[in-house]
Amino acid sequence: MLADRSTRVIVQGITGKEGSFHTKLMLEYGTRIVAGVTPGKGGSQVHGVRVYDTVREAIGEVGRVDASVVFVPAKNAHDAVLESIENGVRLIVVITEGIPLHEELRMVSYARSRSVTIVGPNTPGLIVPGETKLGIMPANYYKPGVVGIMSRSGTLSYEVAWQLSRSGLGVSVAVGIGGDPVTGLDFVEVYDKLLKDPRTKYVVLVGEIGGDYEERFAKYYSGLSEKKPVVAYIAGRTAPREKRMGHAGAIISMGLGDYESKVKALQESGIPVARRVSEIPTVIQSIASKQYF
Amino acid sequence: MRLLEYEAKQVFREYGIKTPEGVLCRSPVEVKEAVARLGESVIKAQVPVGGRGLAGGVRFTSDPEEAVRIASELFERGVRGYRVDAVLVEKKVCVNRELYLSVTVDRSAKSIVYLASRLGGVEIEELAKKKPEEVLKINLDPFIGYSPFVARTIASFIGLPPSAWGEFERIAVGLYRIMIDYDAELVEINPLVVDCGGSLVALDAKILVDDNSLYRHPALAGLKSRELTEEERSAREKGFTYVSLDGYIGVIGNGAGLTMATMDLIEYYGGKPANFLDVWSGGGASRDRVKEAVKLLLENPRVKVVLVNIFGGMTRCDEVAMGVRQALEEAPVKKPIVVRLMGTNQEEGARILREVGLDVYEDVDEAVRKAVELARG
Repeated sequence: MLADRSTRVIVQGITGKEGSFHTKLMLEYGTRIVAGVTPGKGGSQVHGVRVYDTVREAIGEVGRVDASVVFVPAKNAHDAVLESIENGVRLIVVITEGIPLHEELRMVSYARSRSVTIVGPNTPGLIVPGETKLGIMPANYYKPGVVGIMSRSGTLSYEVAWQLSRSGLGVSVAVGIGGDPVTGLDFVEVYDKLLKDPRTKYVVLVGEIGGDYEERFAKYYSGLSEKKPVVAYIAGRTAPREKRMGHAGAIISMGLGDYESKVKALQESGIPVARRVSEIPTVIQSIASKQYF
Repeated sequence: MRLLEYEAKQVFREYGIKTPEGVLCRSPVEVKEAVARLGESVIKAQVPVGGRGLAGGVRFTSDPEEAVRIASELFERGVRGYRVDAVLVEKKVCVNRELYLSVTVDRSAKSIVYLASRLGGVEIEELAKKKPEEVLKINLDPFIGYSPFVARTIASFIGLPPSAWGEFERIAVGLYRIMIDYDAELVEINPLVVDCGGSLVALDAKILVDDNSLYRHPALAGLKSRELTEEERSAREKGFTYVSLDGYIGVIGNGAGLTMATMDLIEYYGGKPANFLDVWSGGGASRDRVKEAVKLLLENPRVKVVLVNIFGGMTRCDEVAMGVRQALEEAPVKKPIVVRLMGTNQEEGARILREVGLDVYEDVDEAVRKAVELARG
């Protein structure tokens, strides 16, 4: 999977309010945070983590870095991501919301050209329950289990995780792909990783109106010969057209991205779509019973 | 943020794209004079929303007296819920062919894309679904950007004669430059017409500027609020992400997806959401913000019941509860409030609310069912 307990992590923007708060929670969860980076704050410490002025300096001091979690404010986040890519960091989790669209395009394209994985932007991050957390999700709702979650939404995915955890199914890994129009990973790419993850037996796709990630995933899924069962939930059935629903990416525009189109595409590919979040565990359990009996 | 048509056309002209001869008018008298001068004209309400043609916001006349009546009606009644401060009066163009051309962001390919079709005046994504062979998509390499072959490829696809390619290329490159210079998410000419003299003219113009980039365009940032309803404006002034809907159950959630899911669940159980209000973005669900949010909905005459759905991680439910309780105490209008609470100090939060007789749930389905039932009662 994308990360495990051995993943060595830096936090960019570690001295900010959010960065510092979540560094503490990630450390408590067991995430191996080896350094923090905030330009101009080098030499200080945040919850026992040494802060450096640059990513280069951090890597020079602590050695290998596998991943960065970015809390840098929107105006400078693009630059922070480029800095990590240039310094050889392979996985970059961008929590920041509000990054300009064209900067996202450049940063995501650049990452792809260098085979670097970007999770987000505008994501709660990723968690492998019992292993590590590179993000801001409340870990107590994620009991280790068999369901992988891929989601465009933050708090809604916490709700899904909680429903799965209390049903006994639990969560193998949860990846927030992010709520912006352009993201580093989409459902197809996360699903590919989940297919290879031995702990993941089922996958929940949490989509929402806007764009065509769900439709593209449906098409991709129907063409696969080997697959793990997917259950989907799509938010925004009652959202009006041409209105941005909180997330920059959640907007029905130019006739693209409405609820019905997504549900139709998913169902035609054999993916059940739950009407309510609380139905998700039941739908998975019914698939499970058909599989084994 | 959407530029008004006349603003977008002004940008077009600065980038060498031809638009019809026209006059921006702010009163029926000005409209009358414009029509008298231009002859056969089209009168177009300037509102920051699509679908205005079907809503009666685009009208044709050559009679100055009728123009006064049309203009008065537009200024008085507005279009699709938006006030009309200005109308654009344009000389009617003799149209030979209608085409479609835009530059936008292909989310899945993560690149800028040109979309073009021989069939102008349509919703392009709908057309792409129904008749994909009629839509040409050309994705640009983000590190290369525009190159003239893009324009030639499109011109040939939409069937322009080579004599028009030079003119077409100016338009194609203009759209790309606008896209970059304005941090746009869409620059669209729909329709782009070949007029009876063989010239290419942008009959309509649409520029959507990325909201996240508005801080780099201070002149535009101030215009954002005109897209909002009164209700949305006052909510956004308080820092909430807010969208007005036409139902009667007020919705407060934390996180965009969760709030949308709450709206959907209300509909599932037979109710109608009055709004989308996300307290998470821009500050989180603190006591004061929750209080302000609840008060805002209590004061909204359409709202019969307020439903608060907080699925907190770090959010402290006792703080949320205090916010709800204070709002209830301070608001002049008493309406039922149903609260769903999950998160830190959940029991304490529930106790604080039950003390003042409110319904508190951990299960979201139960909370929504209760809100719908109260709204009916």
